[in-house]
Amino acid sequence: MTGQNIVETEELTKKYGAQTAVNRLTLQIEEGEIFGFLGPNGAGKTTTILMLLGLTEPTSGKAAVIGFDPTREPFKVKEKVGYLPENVGFYDDMDARQNLRYIARLNRIPGEVTEKRIDYWLEMVGLSEEGSKKVGTYSKGMRQRLGIAEVLIKEPKLIFLDEPTIGLDPDGTNRMLDLIHSLSREKKMTLFLSSHLLDQVQRICDRVGIMINGKLVAMGPIEELAKKKLGLDQEDYTLEEIYMKYFKEA
Amino acid sequence: MHGILTIFRKELGDHFNSMRFLLISALIVMVGVIITSMVGMAIQEELRGMAKPTLIFLLLFTSTGKLFSFVQFIGFFGPLLGIFLGFDSINRERVSRTLSKLVSQPIFRDSIINAKFLSGVTVIAIVLVATVLLISGLGIRLIGVVPGVEEVWRLVIYIVISLLYISFWLGISILFSVVFRSTATSALASLAIWIFFSFFVSLGASVMADAVAPVSQTASGVDAEMLIRHERIQRVASLVSPMALYSDATTTILDPMRKTTRTLILMGPMERFSMSRFQSPLPLLESILIVIPHLISIVAITLLCFGICYFVFMRQEIRTV
Repeated sequence: MTGQNIVETEELTKKYGAQTAVNRLTLQIEEGEIFGFLGPNGAGKTTTILMLLGLTEPTSGKAAVIGFDPTREPFKVKEKVGYLPENVGFYDDMDARQNLRYIARLNRIPGEVTEKRIDYWLEMVGLSEEGSKKVGTYSKGMRQRLGIAEVLIKEPKLIFLDEPTIGLDPDGTNRMLDLIHSLSREKKMTLFLSSHLLDQVQRICDRVGIMINGKLVAMGPIEELAKKKLGLDQEDYTLEEIYMKYFKEA
Repeated sequence: MHGILTIFRKELGDHFNSMRFLLISALIVMVGVIITSMVGMAIQEELRGMAKPTLIFLLLFTSTGKLFSFVQFIGFFGPLLGIFLGFDSINRERVSRTLSKLVSQPIFRDSIINAKFLSGVTVIAIVLVATVLLISGLGIRLIGVVPGVEEVWRLVIYIVISLLYISFWLGISILFSVVFRSTATSALASLAIWIFFSFFVSLGASVMADAVAPVSQTASGVDAEMLIRHERIQRVASLVSPMALYSDATTTILDPMRKTTRTLILMGPMERFSMSRFQSPLPLLESILIVIPHLISIVAITLLCFGICYFVFMRQEIRTV
């Protein structure tokens, strides 16, 4: 394992019965980058994330996340890695601060530090006004922002975001993308972003991986993939064109 | 350990804040107080002008009065407390999508199920102890008798047995909350099991006994051997129900005059003879010895139930969808 890569997998495979959800996935993610994980619904993106977190056991293959094997030492991985599931849920009868406090306690963050971090991250995601409202009254966008705050409360080195902008309005989407971008640039966190909203990925991701039917068909910086697939002459490409080309080939 | 403690504290808070818990514990306390006042006043009436006999205090719990005794009430109604505390413990988190978040925190996965079970057991213990203390206080005022050391011990053992018994039902309902995705389904399934054991097992037992060993009236009277077989089969079959186990165990513990859990038919002539000769109450240890098989069975089914629950939960795939 080189020190540079925060996530490394080798021939990672997950089978559910006869169906192969993830097929011999080999990828590396460098520290500090924003990695976009693309693919149609059901391509195996979430399954990959669950395996990297140690929530699901791979059928075969190896993985290392911040230097630990997620299957053998899930505890170590979960201490340093945050995960925002798609459609994150909260305890609706508690307010935002109580929700955050509960997660902080589970992460053994001392009380005084917790309160400071809650104030800071609620401010960052723009929820400090609504911090004492019951989460049940929150809108979709607020819930998503609270989800981000909850992941950040333990100040992880690596964050998995599963469809973080789905269901958000254009303004909410923009703010979410700005926040994700600033986490990477200012806080030096590594972000692993799974999405099928290509224009957004194109805006903020350093590198992308395209997964179709459980197979990683392409990986690299967007310009590189554009050169490879669309030819050198084209300057005015979109990620969508590249993606559709891979998709048709698969 | 840290994870268990944090989840345990939250669950405990949730239980105490929930309307469900408030309603059912209020009901148990209320019925307990009503039964005690009725029984207490009846005892008071009977004792007027008489020397106070020993071990009368326990009658508060075992005397049926006009309706039913407190022990019978807990045997029948206690399971509901366990079911209400557990039927949505896992699937509620699944529905609100907090389970996948919880398991991605640095805690062991079994902390979740352990903490949920433990918090339920704690709530049950608090309700039981509070109710028994309330009844005792009321009883002391009503009949003017202070419980002796042995009576207190018997009550303590009674509380422990009740705790195990209700925890068994808590285990059943948590198991269903792991297996079924919908909270309504798990609640209904738990209630169905409860109704099955409380009504149909005893009914089924007599039907089964009739089928296997029919007692027929012949010209020479009833065949004694057949009658014993009939009785024995019915007893064994009814012990399938945890309710029968519980009521046998608790009535023997709380009633020192009860020297066996068997019915009169199943006793030999010598046993019957000694029962009628020796009228003094049994010492506590002897009472325990009589029901030790019952106690072990209750412990076993409770542990088994939680074990299955733990196993199923640990093997389940945590998918968000």
